[in-house]
Amino acid sequence: MSVDLFIVAAFIEETATASDSFMSPELFIAALYVFALAAFLGYQVISRVPPLLHTPLMSATNAISAISVVGALVTAGSNHNTTSNILGFIAVTAATINVVGGFMITDRMLRMFRKKPAEKETAEKETKSRG
Amino acid sequence: MSYFSELTYLLASILFIFGLKSLSHPDTARRGMNLAAIGMLTAIVGTLVRHEIVRFEWIIAGLIIGSLIGAAMSIWMPMTAMPQRTALSHAFGALAAALVGVSEYYRHGETLGTFKMIALGLEVLLGGITVTGSLMAFIKLQDLIRGTPITYKGQNIFNMTLFVATVGIFAYLIFVPTATVLFYIMVGLGFLFGILLVLPIGAADMPVVMSLLNSYAGLAATATGFAISNNVLIIAGTLDGFSGFILSILMCRAMNRSVTNVLFGAFGAETSLVSNLAHGEMREVGAEDVAVQLAYARQVVFVPGYGMATAQAQHAVRELAELLIARGVTVKYAIHPVAGRMPGHMNVLLAEANVPYAQLYEMEQINPDMSSTDVAVVIGANDVVNPDARDNPQSAIAGMPIIEVDHAKSVVVLKRGKGKGFAGIENPLFFKPNTGMLYGDARASLTKLAQAVQQA
Repeated sequence: MSVDLFIVAAFIEETATASDSFMSPELFIAALYVFALAAFLGYQVISRVPPLLHTPLMSATNAISAISVVGALVTAGSNHNTTSNILGFIAVTAATINVVGGFMITDRMLRMFRKKPAEKETAEKETKSRG
Repeated sequence: MSYFSELTYLLASILFIFGLKSLSHPDTARRGMNLAAIGMLTAIVGTLVRHEIVRFEWIIAGLIIGSLIGAAMSIWMPMTAMPQRTALSHAFGALAAALVGVSEYYRHGETLGTFKMIALGLEVLLGGITVTGSLMAFIKLQDLIRGTPITYKGQNIFNMTLFVATVGIFAYLIFVPTATVLFYIMVGLGFLFGILLVLPIGAADMPVVMSLLNSYAGLAATATGFAISNNVLIIAGTLDGFSGFILSILMCRAMNRSVTNVLFGAFGAETSLVSNLAHGEMREVGAEDVAVQLAYARQVVFVPGYGMATAQAQHAVRELAELLIARGVTVKYAIHPVAGRMPGHMNVLLAEANVPYAQLYEMEQINPDMSSTDVAVVIGANDVVNPDARDNPQSAIAGMPIIEVDHAKSVVVLKRGKGKGFAGIENPLFFKPNTGMLYGDARASLTKLAQAVQQA
């Protein structure tokens, strides 16, 4: 098991350190595999989300795709040139807005979906505190 | 260290998929999304320890500012503004992707390989289109400019030409990645294209546009993943892209229209469509009469539309519904897929007003139940209950599935004034003998009804 993991990790390491500006056809094909499988999986998973939760779904996927913050962090933190750093900084800010805001608002919405009517008091408090 | 970050990405990918899977039921959704948030945190930590990252001042500043803005938006944004917030967040996500793309090109422009250039090009194009497209959608949703389609002569031809030119530049760049000026022109064209794309789309078609922009924003992240060879970006972006894609198809199906028709049809621009069934007198009713009807009904169905959101009437509806339930009336809410300005808009508003989701019914579930409904109360909805869509093949919305309120024993329409609906289409429902019109602000009318029900 641990040997397998090591091989996988070594492979990933090798592909990840492949030249920054050049993408080998093998690497491109491997990325296409990931894309195709993710697309299939996404179709399966998301078709099961009921229309009831379509708005939270949209904000949830939005939060998740803000994983591009990972790319932005590398851009903002590398020592290449100031222009890249500044572009990276704006990108980190924009992506972080989506990470934090997306997960928080999804949770705020999901908290509201109740099967049975809640106690009147809490309901009124919620309404008041949410304006 | 790099093994470590790759493993955090793997963990994040798994938790993201798990989180989305948990959204198949409201009871599991919160826990699943918390796991997804943990996955995100892990991936961010895993990135911060990478050896390429040597300076932290920009990162820390970005993380702090972003967190503050994001948290503030999610805490204080009212639920009725959810479509606007979502549009903004599409813009932010796409902006991040586009800027990472531009920065990558700025660094490697001279030496880019073919595949990487393809990925980068897609990234900045999809990113650019989504940024300005979403901002346009935001402006329309916020009513900063009128929501009706903005059209001009030769619009589609102009857009087509621009599109072909953009694709041409892209193709040239793939073979000659060093054409720096062309790259930045292409970025600019992407931004311009987003504006032009959303300009001719009416506010009633926003659910489709929101879903499409959601999809583009996700695919921009996917392209970023290709460009920087990062699998978690490809996976998360694709999940987002496909989610948006599926939603747009569902929305289009709920309007019986194609995506092409939504994007290029400038729907709702013409207001001269006349229904041969929509004539006669509209019957105005008073709150007291309606209250008596409601109080002695066996089953009442509320059909909310965008008008409920603009009037902030969701709490008033719930209060009225609770009074009726206390009297032994069966109360249901019928939700059309495209009611409101984004997928699931009405569900969220009613959930905010503390309506239990067991009372919310989808169109297919409620329609067979309509003939045994005593009173159907239409709150600020129009096209989604227009019987012309079913009966009149000449209608602009012919074939659109509707909530068949006209099958109920009687219908009460809460409407601001006597004007037409958003798409400017006549609604014969208003002229039927068993339809009563209750004019005025929806929230005020509902409060009046609740008071009258208490006395009935």
